[in-house]
Amino acid sequence: MKLAAAELSPAPVRAAERLLHVDPRAGTLTDHLLEELPALLRTGDLLVVNDAATLPASLVGTGPAGEPLEVRLAGEEPDGSWRAVLFGPGDWRTPTESRPPPPLVELGTALRLGPDLGAVVSRVSGLSPRLVWLRFQEPREQAWSALYARGRPVQYAYETFPLSLDRVQTPYAARPWASEMPSAGRALRLPLLARARSRGVEIAWLTHAAGLSSTGDAVLDAALPLPERYEIPAATVAAVAGAHARGGRVVAVGTTVVRALEGCARDHGGDLVSGPGVTDLRIGRDHVRRVVGGLLSGIHARDSSHYELLAAFLPSPLDLLYTLHAAAGGYRGHEFGDSTLILG
Amino acid sequence: MELRGAAVIVTGASRGLGAALARELATTGARQVLVARDSQALEQVAEDVRRRGGEAHPVVADVAQPEAAGRIAGMAGALVGPPAVLVHNAGSLGPVPLRPLADTGDAAFEEAMATNVVGPFRLTRAVVGTMALRGQGAVVLISSDAATTAYPGWGAYGVSKAALEHLGRIWQEELAGTGVRFLTVDPGEMDTRMHRDAAPEADPTSLLPPETAAVRVVQLLRELGQ
Repeated sequence: MKLAAAELSPAPVRAAERLLHVDPRAGTLTDHLLEELPALLRTGDLLVVNDAATLPASLVGTGPAGEPLEVRLAGEEPDGSWRAVLFGPGDWRTPTESRPPPPLVELGTALRLGPDLGAVVSRVSGLSPRLVWLRFQEPREQAWSALYARGRPVQYAYETFPLSLDRVQTPYAARPWASEMPSAGRALRLPLLARARSRGVEIAWLTHAAGLSSTGDAVLDAALPLPERYEIPAATVAAVAGAHARGGRVVAVGTTVVRALEGCARDHGGDLVSGPGVTDLRIGRDHVRRVVGGLLSGIHARDSSHYELLAAFLPSPLDLLYTLHAAAGGYRGHEFGDSTLILG
Repeated sequence: MELRGAAVIVTGASRGLGAALARELATTGARQVLVARDSQALEQVAEDVRRRGGEAHPVVADVAQPEAAGRIAGMAGALVGPPAVLVHNAGSLGPVPLRPLADTGDAAFEEAMATNVVGPFRLTRAVVGTMALRGQGAVVLISSDAATTAYPGWGAYGVSKAALEHLGRIWQEELAGTGVRFLTVDPGEMDTRMHRDAAPEADPTSLLPPETAAVRVVQLLRELGQ
């Protein structure tokens, strides 16, 4: 795979990337530059980031009769199998809903994903025959090697050029768990984090396997997000307790962090517990938050799945004002766009 | 720093100092990702590490290639977790046999820069974020006295090692206060294939075994933060 040099740089941050600050307590919306984020935080606040790296989750291959297909990996299971969504021929340039369906597969169907990677279907979802579990035939090290040799990041038709894997990593990406970039963290370049720390803001992390945001299958799309695994370090549980005790605000960087923290608390009687877990929590307008006080996220349109989660932080009519303000102000959506801080 | 359980990446691990370092780390409890181009030699070193009770995962990659950094950092994250230590040991002499700058071709000069400077820059960029987030990490740069002394005939290599050392200094300034440390190590003249390529006439008995330098690097890592 030969990539142009421009594809292999970190995701570019525009000089004047913008930050829309919504203060739900005061009911105000104010325009800022992302650079000003540390000044909007207070000593004692806690930022929690998702340090999952983005997987090379899109693989092209062939079905049992040589039919072309695309596999999008949607998370590794504790038993080493992979959840995956299958697509027919084509690539990201075609919107998912316009893609032809993949060949029908069943338990035991073998897929070829390149000369050095094979997979066997170990389970087919009852929701849709396009959602399957795969077991790679090669030992773990070889399978990872083949993934990194051949896989591409999942991307969508609104982009105009193929994204390299480097472009879809946050500055502090570590374990490759995410099917798509936990994009809120892209804005947190290291100097910005350092400035926040020097203001007395604490920073903690967890790992959450952010899943696919679109499958092209109406039934599956309606079921998104699927259950996702996470891991919360003991130090982060302690940092959250410390922030709550001193009156600091816990600010989730990205909706995946909200899902991990709130999902974990819901499953443990309101308390955070360290270690690995899986959450099927779907957060919407009526969700009562137990852990998270504020959210740093992208700019989300009303028809997006993230918007529902945003609404859990924005009492009406602030949600409507937010939408109008972002549109009138020319804020940019999508994962390489501007940011929103909801914090009061 | 505590090496037990620490995720460590060593480049150029199939022979010479890299292989010696991997073997030396085998008994520390470090979880190693070993990087080199030669898959057979690399697998052999990984096997040596496992025989000594260590954990090692070979990753076949050429650090000079643009895609290598993402592959190495990603596979390390998957196989051993967020890296705590990164050792930039892979190195290229440039033209072999060595020759004056006036006789050095573009390709040989660029190869030395790609392996000794650009590759380490990219791989560092791919892992320092997770180190800074965790408030701890060590990046070891294997250099040479050719970085500071202008030896005739060592142009491509000397320039690239001088650049590597300066790269480390600037990273260190930019990451001041994050807990990420940059260590430049000059291992001295070692009895390795690289040295034979550079100075075939040298008496091997006058050279240090790479194991001596490997012990020193491990010692330096242990002493970090004490």
